[in-house]
Amino acid sequence: MDQSIYRSHILICGGTGCVSSGCKEVRSSLEEELAERDLVNEIKVIETGCHGFCEKGPLMIVYPEGVFYCKVQPEDMEEVVEEHILKGKVVERLLYTDPTTGENIPSYQEIDFYKKQQRTALINCGYIDPEEIKEYIATGGYEAIGKALTEMTPQEVIDEVKESGLRGRGGGGFPTGLKWQFASDAEGDKKYVICNADEGDPGAFMDRSILEGDPHVLIEGMILAAYAVGADEGYVYVRAEYPLAIKRLRVALEQAEENGLLGENLFGTDFSFKLRIKEGAGAFVCGEETALMASIEGERGMPRPRPPFPAEKGLWGKPTNINNVETYANVPAIIKEGAEAYKQVGTEGSTGTKVFALTGKINNTGLAEVPMGITMREIIYDIGGGINEGKEFKAVQIGGPSGGCLPEDKLDLTIDYDSLLEVGAMMGSGGLVVMDEDTCMVDVARFFLDFTQSESCGKCTPCRIGTKQMLDILERITVGEGQEGDIELLERLAENIKSTSLCGLGQTAPNPVLSTLRYFRDEYEAHIYEQTCPAGACEELLGAYVIDGEACVGCTVCTEACPVDAIAGEAKEEHLIDEDACIACGACVDKCPVDAITQ
Amino acid sequence: MACSCGNAEENQEKYFAPLKKVLENYDKKAKDLIPVLQETQEEYGYLPQEVLEEIAKSLRVPFSQVYGVVTFYSQFHLEPRGENIIRICMGTACHVRGADKVLDTMKEELGIDDGETTEDLKFTLESVACIGACGLAPVIMVNDNTHGLLTPETTVEVLDQYRG
Ligand SMILES: Cc1cc2nc3c(=O)[nH]c(=O)nc-3n(C[C@H](O)[C@H](O)[C@H](O)COP(=O)(O)O)c2cc1C
Ligand code: SF4
Ligand code: SF4
Ligand code: FES
Ligand code: FES
Repeated sequence: MDQSIYRSHILICGGTGCVSSGCKEVRSSLEEELAERDLVNEIKVIETGCHGFCEKGPLMIVYPEGVFYCKVQPEDMEEVVEEHILKGKVVERLLYTDPTTGENIPSYQEIDFYKKQQRTALINCGYIDPEEIKEYIATGGYEAIGKALTEMTPQEVIDEVKESGLRGRGGGGFPTGLKWQFASDAEGDKKYVICNADEGDPGAFMDRSILEGDPHVLIEGMILAAYAVGADEGYVYVRAEYPLAIKRLRVALEQAEENGLLGENLFGTDFSFKLRIKEGAGAFVCGEETALMASIEGERGMPRPRPPFPAEKGLWGKPTNINNVETYANVPAIIKEGAEAYKQVGTEGSTGTKVFALTGKINNTGLAEVPMGITMREIIYDIGGGINEGKEFKAVQIGGPSGGCLPEDKLDLTIDYDSLLEVGAMMGSGGLVVMDEDTCMVDVARFFLDFTQSESCGKCTPCRIGTKQMLDILERITVGEGQEGDIELLERLAENIKSTSLCGLGQTAPNPVLSTLRYFRDEYEAHIYEQTCPAGACEELLGAYVIDGEACVGCTVCTEACPVDAIAGEAKEEHLIDEDACIACGACVDKCPVDAITQ
Repeated sequence: MACSCGNAEENQEKYFAPLKKVLENYDKKAKDLIPVLQETQEEYGYLPQEVLEEIAKSLRVPFSQVYGVVTFYSQFHLEPRGENIIRICMGTACHVRGADKVLDTMKEELGIDDGETTEDLKFTLESVACIGACGLAPVIMVNDNTHGLLTPETTVEVLDQYRG
């Protein structure tokens, strides 16, 4: 990097989130303003990948000061250049405001959202230009593969990864080094490595961020795996819903080839490696490793029975190593800095960091990479800034459709693969969806079952029929038609589906129901026995609305808002809602200027 | 694609020309089925029956397998689709932040249901599970563009951009 000649660098986030909020226009405007003032040779503008704080986008960081601007607009650029770049004065109104203290925070390291983060997999995301291989190399990129190829045997690479304690970030948490050992030990003239970038878990987007923000770290991790297991061909299976990720990865692959990092006889050794992209075609079950391989082979993405495991018989029947994006992204650091250093972070059983996608009813949504062993409370309150709109916390859903919902009293649990399993949840891909008092837990369970039910590939009966039965029961409960015995029936079905389904989709599909039954059983009971929804979310169970006669000013606004003409009253006089006609849609509530309408 | 204008053969050739071009880039093996279908759909906007039959022949796979693959993946479509594809995220993060209101607004504005295409073939509406922009929930994607932090009002504004 020709850093030295520039007096300042301006990083503009160019991830999917910020593109959607208009960063391209901001960049053009900034470049125009710089050109007008002849600053193009002094100030370098770099478009980076995601900073993880997409909600506040478009984001911009000005170096060397490290000033963090959020929600920047094209029209702000004149002021940024005039005031900040020319006069050295920070533009206060574009700074991040702490939601709890109301203070403006100039430097991004001081923002709560970033303070507790510790980055390994995302280390370059948001700091380098992902379409410029030189920038990756300048941060020490491709040093690990150089070291492995010239100083280490494949077995030494495997041993280092084993020693690091790295476990798969794609959900199951299987020890990565051990998986590589299986693939290495397997007999075969041809072997493959695959990266699972299908990221189907709703609410998770860390893999997309890595692909968009630092594609080379994934490529390097895959080359290391290929060398370790003895593969000469690889695939990255990316979901088609990620067009920008695919584009950046394509550029990165080309640059890696041009620089002799992919292809024949790497680093003058006899190790060769070819890497290709495969676009998914939209099926959640294809995230399952054997279904994914069936999909690469051009078939319907249906899971196959295991064993044989992919390490013995994978793609086209050949030994194959498959890992998740984030897993591979951890490997270069392990090889470069050593397993010992890597293990210093995290817990004994779960080393290193994990990227969580924080979403839902929380102040700061985004991606946070934190050491394993952190508590849920730290993530939600310290990093996430707590629940938004001043509401009460109710539950956090972790692990997507295979995971579970944890209540308030589990907030101090330290998070790692094993502790989560113990409380009936799982790490999954690391999606954390925070729910507040207005969220109905029966509805959440119904939502996930609806998802898994429609994504079931239909190959085996318990998953295909069983999830449908569970869904029907849950639907009945949410409309007030639950019956005595439904809870027990749900539990029986759940156990059955778990133990008899072929793949992880079916085996974990009942988890959201089981965990909500475990921690929020009273909500189920309220729906079934009292026909009420304590959270006030299930519309069919809500009573009619009423107008507080004292408060009503007779403005007539609500009569117009009501779709079924259930509200009557003369102007300037008290209005009345006909209870029988009211469909409890709530349309009037939002319109009333004096908040006179309640349920 | 029978027609009565007298130059059926020539028409036929024209109709299959884009497919022929797609096939040129592949070594015509079963493993290429999915990428061939993806590229072909890019060309035709959907996958007409005649085209699928041609693909089955060229790749030497049974038609039933082609059909099985096409119906398995949600990306493939057997019916013509709108000029603009609107994908509404119904994933968890979007669900808890009001995705159903966005979907309802779209349905009302376009006068179609989830999975349908407007009569003028301008818009197709689809609900999807997650588009990986969960930090901006609720999110929709129109063609390749992502739009986030939507309310019913801004949903209409976004739609207007594409109504042209
Ligand atoms: C239904 C289902 C969906 C899955 N989806 C994904 C996914 O989107 N991404 C992923 O990395 N792993 C997914 N997995 C897990 C993979 O099967 C596999 O375990 C993982 O890719 C292994 O990588 P790791 O050892 O690095 O975690 C899924 C599993 C199941 C059963
Ligand atoms: S468990 Fe479900 S998704 Fe998995 S193979 Fe069986 S039917 Fe298909
Ligand atoms: S909108 Fe409120 S104040 Fe106006 S008539 Fe209705 S209840 Fe009364
Ligand atoms: S895309 Fe810009 S912060 Fe995520
Ligand atoms: S849940 Fe809607 S974008 Fe992920």
